[in-house]
Amino acid sequence: MTGVEVVEVGPRACLVEVEDALAAASLAAWLRRSGLPAEEVVPAARTVLLDGVDPGAVRDLIPQWAAQPAAPPGPVVRVAVTYAGPDLDRVADHWGCTTEAVVELHTSLEFTSTFCGFAPGFAYLAGLPADRAVPRLDSPRARVAPGSVALADTWCGIYPTASPGGWLLIGTTDAELWDVDRAEPALLAPGTRVRFEVQQ
Amino acid sequence: MTAPVPGGAVEVVDPGPLSTLQDRGRRGWAHLGVPRAGALDRGAAALARRLVGGGPDDAVVETTVGGVVLRPHRAVTLAVTGATCAVRVGERAVAHGAPVTVPAGSRVTVGPAATGVRSYVAFAGGIAVAPVLGSRATDTLAWVGPPRLTAGDLLPLGPTPALPEPPPAVVVRPRDPVLRLRRGPRADWLDEVGWSRLDGSSYAIAADSDRVGLRLTGPRMSRRAGELASEGIVLGAVQLPPSGQPVVFLADHPSTGGYPVVAVVEDDDLDACAQLRPGDQVVLRLV
Repeated sequence: MTGVEVVEVGPRACLVEVEDALAAASLAAWLRRSGLPAEEVVPAARTVLLDGVDPGAVRDLIPQWAAQPAAPPGPVVRVAVTYAGPDLDRVADHWGCTTEAVVELHTSLEFTSTFCGFAPGFAYLAGLPADRAVPRLDSPRARVAPGSVALADTWCGIYPTASPGGWLLIGTTDAELWDVDRAEPALLAPGTRVRFEVQQ
Repeated sequence: MTAPVPGGAVEVVDPGPLSTLQDRGRRGWAHLGVPRAGALDRGAAALARRLVGGGPDDAVVETTVGGVVLRPHRAVTLAVTGATCAVRVGERAVAHGAPVTVPAGSRVTVGPAATGVRSYVAFAGGIAVAPVLGSRATDTLAWVGPPRLTAGDLLPLGPTPALPEPPPAVVVRPRDPVLRLRRGPRADWLDEVGWSRLDGSSYAIAADSDRVGLRLTGPRMSRRAGELASEGIVLGAVQLPPSGQPVVFLADHPSTGGYPVVAVVEDDDLDACAQLRPGDQVVLRLV
Protein backbone atom coordinates (compact mmCIF):
# COMPACT_ATOMS: atom_id res chain seq x y z
CA MET A 1 0.00 0.00 0.00
CA THR A 2 1.45 3.35 -1.00
CA GLY A 3 0.67 6.85 0.10
CA VAL A 4 -0.50 6.10 3.65
CA GLU A 5 0.59 8.88 6.01
CA VAL A 6 -0.34 9.52 9.63
CA VAL A 7 -0.54 13.23 10.48
CA GLU A 8 -1.06 14.36 14.08
CA VAL A 9 -4.01 16.59 14.92
CA GLY A 10 -3.07 17.78 18.41
CA PRO A 11 -1.96 15.29 21.07
CA ARG A 12 -4.88 12.87 20.90
CA ALA A 13 -6.06 12.70 17.30
CA CYS A 14 -4.61 12.03 13.88
CA LEU A 15 -5.50 11.93 10.20
CA VAL A 16 -4.54 8.90 8.16
CA GLU A 17 -4.09 9.95 4.53
CA VAL A 18 -5.00 7.47 1.81
CA GLU A 19 -5.54 7.42 -1.96
CA ASP A 20 -9.23 8.19 -2.26
CA ALA A 21 -12.66 8.01 -0.60
CA LEU A 22 -13.11 4.27 -1.22
CA ALA A 23 -9.78 3.56 0.46
CA ALA A 24 -10.79 5.83 3.34
CA ALA A 25 -14.11 3.98 3.78
CA SER A 26 -12.33 0.65 3.69
CA LEU A 27 -9.66 1.77 6.19
CA ALA A 28 -12.33 3.22 8.49
CA ALA A 29 -14.21 -0.09 8.48
CA TRP A 30 -10.98 -1.96 9.20
CA LEU A 31 -10.03 0.41 12.03
CA ARG A 32 -13.44 -0.11 13.65
CA ARG A 33 -12.90 -3.87 13.57
CA SER A 34 -9.32 -3.52 14.84
CA GLY A 35 -10.41 -2.75 18.39
CA LEU A 36 -8.48 0.54 18.44
CA PRO A 37 -10.18 2.52 21.25
CA ALA A 38 -11.03 5.64 19.25
CA GLU A 39 -13.91 7.93 20.21
CA GLU A 40 -14.53 8.83 16.59
CA VAL A 41 -13.51 7.25 13.28
CA VAL A 42 -14.40 9.72 10.52
CA PRO A 43 -13.69 8.77 6.91
CA ALA A 44 -13.67 11.61 4.36
CA ALA A 45 -12.55 12.22 0.77
CA ARG A 46 -8.90 11.23 1.23
CA THR A 47 -8.43 10.79 4.97
CA VAL A 48 -9.68 8.99 8.04
CA LEU A 49 -9.75 11.05 11.24
CA LEU A 50 -9.18 9.16 14.48
CA ASP A 51 -10.18 11.23 17.49
CA GLY A 52 -9.45 10.24 21.09
CA VAL A 53 -6.42 8.08 20.28
CA ASP A 54 -2.68 8.01 20.78
CA PRO A 55 -1.26 8.89 17.35
CA GLY A 56 1.73 6.63 18.07
CA ALA A 57 -0.55 3.62 18.49
CA VAL A 58 -2.15 4.42 15.11
CA ARG A 59 1.29 4.62 13.47
CA ASP A 60 2.08 1.17 14.87
CA LEU A 61 -1.24 -0.26 13.68
CA ILE A 62 -1.43 1.10 10.12
CA PRO A 63 1.20 -1.19 8.52
CA GLN A 64 -1.07 -4.13 9.39
CA TRP A 65 -3.79 -2.61 7.21
CA ALA A 66 -1.53 -2.72 4.18
CA ALA A 67 -1.44 -6.48 4.55
CA GLN A 68 -5.20 -6.88 4.84
CA PRO A 69 -7.45 -7.94 1.99
CA ALA A 70 -10.13 -5.44 0.93
CA ALA A 71 -12.92 -4.88 3.42
CA PRO A 72 -15.95 -7.13 2.93
CA PRO A 73 -18.61 -5.34 0.91
CA GLY A 74 -21.29 -3.61 2.95
CA PRO A 75 -25.05 -4.25 2.79
CA VAL A 76 -26.98 -3.24 -0.33
CA VAL A 77 -29.77 -0.68 0.02
CA ARG A 78 -32.24 -0.15 -2.84
CA VAL A 79 -33.50 3.40 -3.23
CA ALA A 80 -36.57 4.07 -5.40
CA VAL A 81 -36.37 7.41 -7.20
CA THR A 82 -38.87 9.53 -9.11
CA TYR A 83 -36.62 10.92 -11.82
CA ALA A 84 -38.16 14.36 -12.38
CA GLY A 85 -35.56 16.68 -10.86
CA PRO A 86 -35.20 20.26 -12.15
CA ASP A 87 -31.62 19.59 -13.33
CA LEU A 88 -32.25 16.33 -15.19
CA ASP A 89 -32.03 18.15 -18.56
CA ARG A 90 -28.85 19.88 -17.50
CA VAL A 91 -27.22 16.55 -16.60
CA ALA A 92 -28.35 15.11 -19.94
CA ASP A 93 -26.72 18.11 -21.70
CA HIS A 94 -23.46 17.55 -19.84
CA TRP A 95 -23.45 13.89 -20.74
CA GLY A 96 -24.60 14.51 -24.30
CA CYS A 97 -27.50 12.09 -24.00
CA THR A 98 -31.25 11.95 -23.39
CA THR A 99 -32.81 12.19 -19.93
CA GLU A 100 -33.90 8.57 -20.38
CA ALA A 101 -30.23 7.62 -20.81
CA VAL A 102 -29.36 9.54 -17.61
CA VAL A 103 -31.91 7.46 -15.70
CA GLU A 104 -30.67 4.29 -17.36
CA LEU A 105 -27.07 4.93 -16.35
CA HIS A 106 -27.94 6.05 -12.82
CA THR A 107 -29.99 2.90 -12.21
CA SER A 108 -27.33 0.63 -13.71
CA LEU A 109 -24.47 1.66 -11.40
CA GLU A 110 -23.62 0.39 -7.95
CA PHE A 111 -22.70 3.26 -5.63
CA THR A 112 -20.83 3.00 -2.34
CA SER A 113 -21.34 5.31 0.62
CA THR A 114 -17.82 6.49 1.37
CA PHE A 115 -18.44 9.09 4.07
CA CYS A 116 -21.12 11.28 5.60
CA GLY A 117 -20.98 15.00 6.25
CA PHE A 118 -22.67 18.30 5.50
CA ALA A 119 -25.79 17.17 7.40
CA PRO A 120 -26.58 14.09 9.52
CA GLY A 121 -27.26 11.21 7.16
CA PHE A 122 -25.94 12.95 4.02
CA ALA A 123 -23.72 10.32 2.37
CA TYR A 124 -21.15 10.93 -0.35
CA LEU A 125 -21.86 8.09 -2.78
CA ALA A 126 -18.99 7.10 -5.07
CA GLY A 127 -19.57 5.20 -8.29
CA LEU A 128 -20.13 7.70 -11.09
CA PRO A 129 -17.40 7.28 -13.76
CA ALA A 130 -14.91 10.17 -14.06
CA ASP A 131 -16.20 11.05 -17.56
CA ARG A 132 -19.68 11.64 -16.09
CA ALA A 133 -18.55 14.32 -13.62
CA VAL A 134 -20.93 17.29 -13.48
CA PRO A 135 -20.36 20.79 -12.10
CA ARG A 136 -22.21 22.31 -9.16
CA LEU A 137 -24.65 25.17 -9.74
CA ASP A 138 -22.94 28.58 -10.00
CA SER A 139 -25.24 29.81 -7.30
CA PRO A 140 -26.64 27.31 -4.79
CA ARG A 141 -30.40 26.99 -4.31
CA ALA A 142 -31.63 28.48 -1.04
CA ARG A 143 -33.75 25.41 -0.41
CA VAL A 144 -33.42 21.89 -1.67
CA ALA A 145 -36.34 19.62 -0.74
CA PRO A 146 -35.63 16.64 1.54
CA GLY A 147 -35.20 13.40 -0.40
CA SER A 148 -33.68 15.17 -3.42
CA VAL A 149 -31.29 12.91 -5.32
CA ALA A 150 -28.40 14.96 -6.64
CA LEU A 151 -25.09 14.83 -8.48
CA ALA A 152 -21.93 16.93 -8.18
CA ASP A 153 -18.51 16.13 -9.60
CA THR A 154 -18.49 12.30 -9.55
CA TRP A 155 -20.55 12.17 -6.34
CA CYS A 156 -24.17 11.25 -5.86
CA GLY A 157 -25.99 12.32 -2.71
CA ILE A 158 -29.48 12.51 -1.23
CA TYR A 159 -30.47 15.50 0.90
CA PRO A 160 -31.89 14.10 4.18
CA THR A 161 -33.44 17.40 5.25
CA ALA A 162 -34.35 20.66 3.56
CA SER A 163 -31.21 22.75 3.18
CA PRO A 164 -29.41 25.08 0.80
CA GLY A 165 -27.57 23.15 -1.90
CA GLY A 166 -25.64 23.50 -5.12
CA TRP A 167 -25.78 19.95 -6.48
CA LEU A 168 -27.72 19.09 -9.64
CA LEU A 169 -31.10 17.59 -8.74
CA ILE A 170 -32.17 14.60 -10.83
CA GLY A 171 -35.01 13.17 -8.74
CA THR A 172 -36.59 12.55 -5.37
CA THR A 173 -37.03 9.59 -3.04
CA ASP A 174 -39.27 8.80 -0.07
CA ALA A 175 -36.53 6.71 1.57
CA GLU A 176 -36.11 7.54 5.28
CA LEU A 177 -32.45 8.63 5.24
CA TRP A 178 -32.09 9.71 8.86
CA ASP A 179 -33.97 8.48 11.91
CA VAL A 180 -32.40 8.85 15.35
CA ASP A 181 -34.71 6.15 16.72
CA ARG A 182 -33.20 3.46 14.47
CA ALA A 183 -30.22 1.43 15.74
CA GLU A 184 -28.37 2.65 12.63
CA PRO A 185 -29.76 6.20 12.21
CA ALA A 186 -28.22 6.76 8.77
CA LEU A 187 -29.70 4.62 5.96
CA LEU A 188 -26.53 5.15 3.93
CA ALA A 189 -23.81 4.78 6.59
CA PRO A 190 -20.25 4.56 5.22
CA GLY A 191 -19.64 1.22 3.52
CA THR A 192 -23.27 0.74 2.44
CA ARG A 193 -23.74 -0.11 -1.25
CA VAL A 194 -26.60 1.65 -3.02
CA ARG A 195 -28.64 0.69 -6.10
CA PHE A 196 -31.11 3.19 -7.46
CA GLU A 197 -34.30 2.07 -9.19
CA VAL A 198 -37.18 3.83 -10.89
CA GLN A 199 -40.13 4.41 -8.53
CA GLN A 200 -43.04 2.37 -9.88
CA MET B 1 -45.46 19.63 27.12
CA THR B 2 -48.18 20.69 29.59
CA ALA B 3 -49.22 17.43 31.30
CA PRO B 4 -48.01 17.12 34.92
CA VAL B 5 -44.61 15.45 35.11
CA PRO B 6 -44.55 12.66 37.76
CA GLY B 7 -41.12 13.35 39.26
CA GLY B 8 -41.55 17.10 39.16
CA ALA B 9 -40.43 19.48 36.49
CA VAL B 10 -38.82 22.81 35.81
CA GLU B 11 -40.88 25.21 33.75
CA VAL B 12 -39.12 27.49 31.29
CA VAL B 13 -40.64 30.93 31.89
CA ASP B 14 -38.30 32.87 29.58
CA PRO B 15 -35.48 31.19 27.67
CA GLY B 16 -33.66 34.46 26.90
CA PRO B 17 -31.74 34.71 23.61
CA LEU B 18 -30.54 31.08 23.61
CA SER B 19 -30.85 28.43 26.29
CA THR B 20 -30.21 24.75 25.60
CA LEU B 21 -29.73 21.52 27.52
CA GLN B 22 -26.16 20.27 27.57
CA ASP B 23 -24.23 17.36 28.99
CA ARG B 24 -20.85 15.97 27.96
CA GLY B 25 -22.06 15.54 24.39
CA ARG B 26 -22.65 12.60 22.08
CA ARG B 27 -19.65 10.51 21.11
CA GLY B 28 -19.25 8.12 18.26
CA TRP B 29 -21.55 9.68 15.64
CA ALA B 30 -19.21 12.08 13.84
CA HIS B 31 -18.89 9.64 10.92
CA LEU B 32 -22.61 10.19 10.22
CA GLY B 33 -22.24 13.97 10.30
CA VAL B 34 -23.48 14.49 13.86
CA PRO B 35 -21.64 17.13 15.92
CA ARG B 36 -20.62 16.18 19.46
CA ALA B 37 -22.28 19.20 21.13
CA GLY B 38 -22.10 19.32 24.94
CA ALA B 39 -21.47 22.17 27.39
CA LEU B 40 -19.09 24.70 25.86
CA ASP B 41 -17.50 25.57 29.22
CA ARG B 42 -17.00 22.00 30.38
CA GLY B 43 -15.40 22.97 33.69
CA ALA B 44 -18.24 25.29 34.67
CA ALA B 45 -20.90 22.70 33.77
CA ALA B 46 -19.06 20.00 35.74
CA LEU B 47 -18.82 22.31 38.75
CA ALA B 48 -22.56 23.06 38.63
CA ARG B 49 -23.32 19.31 38.58
CA ARG B 50 -20.98 18.65 41.51
CA LEU B 51 -22.53 21.45 43.57
CA VAL B 52 -25.94 19.75 43.42
CA GLY B 53 -24.56 16.23 43.95
CA GLY B 54 -25.16 15.24 40.33
CA GLY B 55 -23.39 12.69 38.19
CA PRO B 56 -20.98 13.53 35.37
CA ASP B 57 -23.58 12.84 32.68
CA ASP B 58 -26.42 14.89 34.15
CA ALA B 59 -27.89 17.45 31.76
CA VAL B 60 -27.76 21.12 32.75
CA VAL B 61 -29.18 24.30 31.23
CA GLU B 62 -26.67 26.40 29.27
CA THR B 63 -27.85 29.97 28.88
CA THR B 64 -26.28 32.64 26.70
CA VAL B 65 -25.57 36.23 27.87
CA GLY B 66 -29.18 37.34 28.32
CA GLY B 67 -30.00 34.68 30.88
CA VAL B 68 -33.00 32.51 31.59
CA VAL B 69 -36.02 32.47 33.91
CA LEU B 70 -37.05 29.08 35.29
CA ARG B 71 -39.73 27.89 37.73
CA PRO B 72 -39.25 24.52 39.45
CA HIS B 73 -42.62 22.91 40.21
CA ARG B 74 -41.21 21.14 43.25
CA ALA B 75 -38.62 22.03 45.89
CA VAL B 76 -35.19 21.42 44.43
CA THR B 77 -31.52 22.26 44.92
CA LEU B 78 -29.87 24.13 42.06
CA ALA B 79 -26.57 25.83 41.36
CA VAL B 80 -25.48 28.43 38.82
CA THR B 81 -21.90 28.59 37.50
CA GLY B 82 -20.04 29.88 34.45
CA ALA B 83 -20.46 33.46 33.28
CA THR B 84 -20.87 35.65 36.36
CA CYS B 85 -24.41 36.93 36.75
CA ALA B 86 -27.02 37.83 39.30
CA VAL B 87 -29.14 34.88 40.49
CA ARG B 88 -32.48 35.70 42.09
CA VAL B 89 -35.09 33.48 43.69
CA GLY B 90 -38.20 35.60 43.54
CA GLU B 91 -36.80 39.01 44.54
CA ARG B 92 -34.06 37.58 46.74
CA ALA B 93 -30.46 37.56 45.50
CA VAL B 94 -28.71 34.22 46.03
CA ALA B 95 -25.15 33.05 45.48
CA HIS B 96 -23.58 32.24 42.14
CA GLY B 97 -21.36 29.16 42.38
CA ALA B 98 -23.11 27.60 45.39
CA PRO B 99 -25.99 25.17 45.92
CA VAL B 100 -29.32 26.86 46.71
CA THR B 101 -32.48 25.00 47.71
CA VAL B 102 -35.65 26.70 46.46
CA PRO B 103 -39.29 25.97 47.31
CA ALA B 104 -41.78 24.68 44.74
CA GLY B 105 -43.04 27.42 42.43
CA SER B 106 -40.07 29.77 42.93
CA ARG B 107 -39.23 32.05 40.06
CA VAL B 108 -35.49 31.65 39.46
CA THR B 109 -33.90 34.42 37.38
CA VAL B 110 -30.39 33.81 36.05
CA GLY B 111 -28.52 36.63 34.34
CA PRO B 112 -27.94 38.62 32.29
CA ALA B 113 -24.23 37.82 32.37
CA ALA B 114 -21.98 40.51 33.88
CA THR B 115 -18.83 38.95 32.45
CA GLY B 116 -18.47 35.99 30.13
CA VAL B 117 -21.13 34.49 27.88
CA ARG B 118 -22.45 31.14 29.11
CA SER B 119 -23.89 30.34 32.54
CA TYR B 120 -24.93 26.87 33.65
CA VAL B 121 -27.88 25.91 35.84
CA ALA B 122 -27.75 22.42 37.35
CA PHE B 123 -30.62 20.84 39.28
CA ALA B 124 -30.25 17.99 41.78
CA GLY B 125 -31.39 14.91 39.86
CA GLY B 126 -30.52 16.42 36.50
CA ILE B 127 -32.87 17.24 33.64
CA ALA B 128 -34.34 13.90 32.60
CA VAL B 129 -35.52 14.50 29.03
CA ALA B 130 -35.16 11.48 26.73
CA PRO B 131 -31.61 11.18 25.37
CA VAL B 132 -31.09 11.32 21.59
CA LEU B 133 -28.27 9.09 20.32
CA GLY B 134 -27.09 8.64 23.89
CA SER B 135 -26.99 12.30 24.95
CA ARG B 136 -29.29 15.08 26.12
CA ALA B 137 -27.12 17.77 24.54
CA THR B 138 -28.58 20.10 21.94
CA ASP B 139 -26.44 20.66 18.88
CA THR B 140 -27.14 24.01 17.25
CA LEU B 141 -25.62 23.11 13.86
CA ALA B 142 -27.70 20.11 12.78
CA TRP B 143 -30.23 20.36 15.66
CA VAL B 144 -29.75 16.81 16.83
CA GLY B 145 -30.94 16.43 20.42
CA PRO B 146 -33.64 18.17 22.45
CA PRO B 147 -34.91 21.40 20.88
CA ARG B 148 -33.70 24.73 22.25
CA LEU B 149 -35.71 25.82 25.27
CA THR B 150 -38.89 27.80 24.67
CA ALA B 151 -41.29 29.46 27.08
CA GLY B 152 -43.73 26.97 28.58
CA ASP B 153 -41.46 23.91 28.25
CA LEU B 154 -41.64 21.55 31.23
CA LEU B 155 -38.29 19.88 31.78
CA PRO B 156 -38.66 16.68 33.84
CA LEU B 157 -36.36 16.36 36.85
CA GLY B 158 -34.53 13.12 37.59
CA PRO B 159 -34.66 11.39 40.99
CA THR B 160 -33.01 13.51 43.66
CA PRO B 161 -29.62 12.21 44.74
CA ALA B 162 -28.24 12.56 48.25
CA LEU B 163 -26.93 16.09 48.57
CA PRO B 164 -23.20 16.36 48.32
CA GLU B 165 -21.32 16.43 51.58
CA PRO B 166 -19.76 19.77 52.31
CA PRO B 167 -20.00 21.59 48.98
CA PRO B 168 -16.62 21.68 47.29
CA ALA B 169 -14.70 24.92 47.64
CA VAL B 170 -15.21 26.90 44.48
CA VAL B 171 -12.02 28.35 43.09
CA VAL B 172 -12.55 30.27 39.91
CA ARG B 173 -9.18 31.25 38.57
CA PRO B 174 -8.99 34.27 36.34
CA ARG B 175 -8.12 33.12 32.86
CA ASP B 176 -5.44 34.78 30.83
CA PRO B 177 -6.85 35.79 27.46
CA VAL B 178 -4.32 33.52 25.74
CA LEU B 179 -5.05 30.64 23.40
CA ARG B 180 -2.11 28.25 23.17
CA LEU B 181 -1.85 26.55 19.80
CA ARG B 182 -0.07 23.52 18.46
CA ARG B 183 0.71 23.20 14.80
CA GLY B 184 -2.09 21.28 13.13
CA PRO B 185 -2.26 18.75 10.30
CA ARG B 186 -2.20 21.44 7.59
CA ALA B 187 0.34 23.72 9.28
CA ASP B 188 2.31 23.82 6.03
CA TRP B 189 -0.44 25.94 4.42
CA LEU B 190 1.05 28.80 6.44
CA ASP B 191 4.66 29.75 5.70
CA GLU B 192 7.28 30.52 8.37
CA VAL B 193 6.66 34.27 8.04
CA GLY B 194 2.98 33.58 8.64
CA TRP B 195 3.74 31.46 11.69
CA SER B 196 6.09 34.01 13.23
CA ARG B 197 3.49 36.73 12.67
CA LEU B 198 0.78 34.61 14.26
CA ASP B 199 2.74 33.75 17.41
CA GLY B 200 1.93 36.47 19.95
CA SER B 201 -0.60 38.27 17.77
CA SER B 202 -3.79 39.63 19.24
CA TYR B 203 -7.16 38.81 17.66
CA ALA B 204 -10.63 40.13 18.41
CA ILE B 205 -13.65 37.87 18.84
CA ALA B 206 -16.07 38.50 15.96
CA ALA B 207 -19.79 39.06 16.54
CA ASP B 208 -20.84 35.96 14.57
CA SER B 209 -19.05 33.61 16.98
CA ASP B 210 -21.31 30.90 18.38
CA ARG B 211 -21.33 27.33 19.65
CA VAL B 212 -20.01 26.17 16.28
CA GLY B 213 -16.91 28.32 16.34
CA LEU B 214 -15.07 31.32 17.63
CA ARG B 215 -14.39 33.62 14.72
CA LEU B 216 -11.26 35.73 15.11
CA THR B 217 -10.48 39.05 13.45
CA GLY B 218 -6.97 40.44 13.32
CA PRO B 219 -3.80 40.25 11.27
CA ARG B 220 -4.56 38.35 8.06
CA MET B 221 -2.79 35.00 8.00
CA SER B 222 -1.79 34.58 4.40
CA ARG B 223 -2.05 30.95 3.44
CA ARG B 224 -1.21 28.92 0.41
CA ALA B 225 -3.82 29.10 -2.33
CA GLY B 226 -5.64 25.97 -3.38
CA GLU B 227 -8.28 23.59 -2.21
CA LEU B 228 -8.25 20.71 0.19
CA ALA B 229 -10.59 17.72 0.05
CA SER B 230 -12.99 17.67 3.02
CA GLU B 231 -11.56 15.95 6.07
CA GLY B 232 -12.54 15.20 9.67
CA ILE B 233 -12.33 18.01 12.21
CA VAL B 234 -11.57 17.91 15.96
CA LEU B 235 -12.74 20.14 18.79
CA GLY B 236 -10.37 23.12 18.98
CA ALA B 237 -9.26 22.89 15.35
CA VAL B 238 -8.16 26.26 13.95
CA GLN B 239 -9.38 26.44 10.38
CA LEU B 240 -8.06 29.03 7.98
CA PRO B 241 -10.47 30.06 5.22
CA PRO B 242 -9.21 32.06 2.21
CA SER B 243 -10.06 35.28 4.11
CA GLY B 244 -7.06 34.58 6.36
CA GLN B 245 -9.20 35.14 9.46
CA PRO B 246 -9.05 32.01 11.62
CA VAL B 247 -11.99 30.09 13.11
CA VAL B 248 -11.60 28.02 16.29
CA PHE B 249 -14.06 25.14 16.13
CA LEU B 250 -16.10 24.54 19.29
CA ALA B 251 -18.53 21.81 20.40
CA ASP B 252 -21.09 22.11 17.55
CA HIS B 253 -18.50 22.14 14.75
CA PRO B 254 -19.28 20.25 11.53
CA SER B 255 -17.74 16.78 11.53
CA THR B 256 -15.84 17.45 8.28
CA GLY B 257 -14.63 20.58 6.54
CA GLY B 258 -12.64 21.64 3.52
CA TYR B 259 -10.48 24.52 4.78
CA PRO B 260 -7.02 23.68 6.10
CA VAL B 261 -6.67 23.14 9.86
CA VAL B 262 -3.37 24.93 10.50
CA ALA B 263 -3.40 24.63 14.29
CA VAL B 264 -5.21 23.06 17.24
CA VAL B 265 -6.01 24.93 20.47
CA GLU B 266 -4.76 23.26 23.66
CA ASP B 267 -7.63 21.42 25.32
CA ASP B 268 -7.17 23.35 28.61
CA ASP B 269 -7.85 26.65 26.81
CA LEU B 270 -11.16 25.62 25.22
CA ASP B 271 -13.34 26.44 28.23
CA ALA B 272 -12.09 30.03 28.03
CA CYS B 273 -13.34 30.15 24.42
CA ALA B 274 -16.87 29.58 25.74
CA GLN B 275 -16.73 32.81 27.74
CA LEU B 276 -15.13 35.23 25.26
CA ARG B 277 -17.42 38.01 24.09
CA PRO B 278 -17.50 39.73 20.72
CA GLY B 279 -14.84 42.45 20.85
CA ASP B 280 -12.73 40.70 23.51
CA GLN B 281 -9.09 40.29 22.56
CA VAL B 282 -7.12 37.04 22.72
CA VAL B 283 -3.44 36.46 22.17
CA LEU B 284 -2.46 33.42 20.12
CA ARG B 285 0.66 31.68 21.35
CA LEU B 286 2.43 28.78 19.69
CA VAL B 287 3.58 26.01 22.04
